[in-house]
Amino acid sequence: MKQLASNEKVLMKGNEALAEAAIQAGCRHFFGYPITPQTEVAAYMAKRMPKIGGTYLQAESEVAAINMVYGAAAAGVRAMTSSSSPGISLKTEGISYLAGADLPALIVNVQRGSPGLGGIQPSQADYWQATKAPGHGDLHILVFAPSTIQEMVDMVFDAFELADTYRMPAMILADGMLGQMMEPISFPEKQVKQFDKFSWASCGHQGKRSHNVVNSLYLKPEQLEQMIQDRFQRYAEIQEKHTQWEEYLVEDADLVVVAYGATSRIVRSAINTARNQDYKVGMIRPKTLWPYPTKAIQQAAQHVKGFLSVEMSMGQMVDDVRLAVNGKVPVSFFGHTGGVVPTPAEVLAEIKKLLGGNQ
Amino acid sequence: MKNILLAGFGGQGVLFAGKIMATAGLFEDQYVSWLPSYGPEMRGGTANCSVCLSEEPIGSPLVLEPDVLVVMNLPSYDKFIDAVVPGGIAIIDSSLVNKRCERTDIKCFYVPATQLADEKGLKGLSNIILLGKTLRETQFAQSETVERAIEKCVPPRKQNLVQANLEAFRLGMSQQD
Repeated sequence: MKQLASNEKVLMKGNEALAEAAIQAGCRHFFGYPITPQTEVAAYMAKRMPKIGGTYLQAESEVAAINMVYGAAAAGVRAMTSSSSPGISLKTEGISYLAGADLPALIVNVQRGSPGLGGIQPSQADYWQATKAPGHGDLHILVFAPSTIQEMVDMVFDAFELADTYRMPAMILADGMLGQMMEPISFPEKQVKQFDKFSWASCGHQGKRSHNVVNSLYLKPEQLEQMIQDRFQRYAEIQEKHTQWEEYLVEDADLVVVAYGATSRIVRSAINTARNQDYKVGMIRPKTLWPYPTKAIQQAAQHVKGFLSVEMSMGQMVDDVRLAVNGKVPVSFFGHTGGVVPTPAEVLAEIKKLLGGNQ
Repeated sequence: MKNILLAGFGGQGVLFAGKIMATAGLFEDQYVSWLPSYGPEMRGGTANCSVCLSEEPIGSPLVLEPDVLVVMNLPSYDKFIDAVVPGGIAIIDSSLVNKRCERTDIKCFYVPATQLADEKGLKGLSNIILLGKTLRETQFAQSETVERAIEKCVPPRKQNLVQANLEAFRLGMSQQD
């Protein structure tokens, strides 16, 4: 397979574009296990990694894969794994260990219908898991929510860089639609930032320092509390500096729809039609789900008459919209779950219902 | 803006024909998206794909109400023919769909693509014949661009098939109503 020249626009499947982006961002260690609809990530890595001196390893299970990521990250290299909803549940123990050991890594979740084995069609029903409890304990991970394949590519670079900067796991929360669809993309021409991990990683002390131990076990409560409090100070800085979102036609809006990922594309189609019919509706699209754009929603709440959260779930992110709005104006929800994708017509009908005579 | 839905049996190449359309759109600097159905499809099962070509960024990539429908089997015809928007176009492989559409608000074109492919020594390229006919009736791109897209989409290890694909494409282009 030829090396893709940067800037050249190519048509690529989301899963493959994501994998190529990770390689271009310097990732040389991939550990995975097949599951629809993310299998092309692993398949692409299996093809490419051996040719560029990287490691592709199909583990015996998702649990093994995430622990291999832990090992690789502890040795100071960029490592990643990818899976889909049921497989991510298996990885949650390892994600908590990564967070507890202050290890950077990338985890990709190409969501499918759940719970249980669920189905294989697109879903956003892992929002709570990704943003509230990606593992046991007091912890956060960075969660990026791309809505186009280009954005997915760009976010892979951001995710690795922020993960290394703050020494914590990052997740790309995609869905089956983004994983399977093709769009034209170009790979960014940016220089990948290098991080010196010698001071903390278990990468050999070269006789220059005492040996490093990477661990998440702290038996003295006071020491563990201090570790967590330090981590939460970093979380606060991230919330301040790295929250990302897009505002679309929000300034004069009476109703603001909040949507992320593939769903935001459907919402955008609905909003464009609604605007043509003089409905004053806009969208706030979180690009990071943790940290969440709470302030953007708070600000909009000063001048809008209501919010509508649209998701491919029974209503999960709507909780964060309600927390941000804090009772100021009504917050409604519309969605489908189980792999059913909402249509622009349905979202448009919901917008019209809520705006009623406000046209 | 064109929303195109291609549907047929797995193995007929509806995803591949869609990829050529999207690639041609990309070559002409259009916004494009390609989305396959990805259920437990297999050879013989049904498969379809949505292609959007637009001057503006594409919202939903899922085509539920196609402007252009390309159908390659009866189950897909029955499932999607009523979804075509009024004023839309349907390109139908009449070797495999033995029905005539009764709708008067859409234009239907019947091409015996599978039979043509067999007769002309282009077995397995009925999808590309229909692609040619689709271009003829919709002008979704320049024909030279589509030929370039065909050359690009045929994988390197199958380059010997480029000529046959181009032949099938031109055959489709030449099909009268």
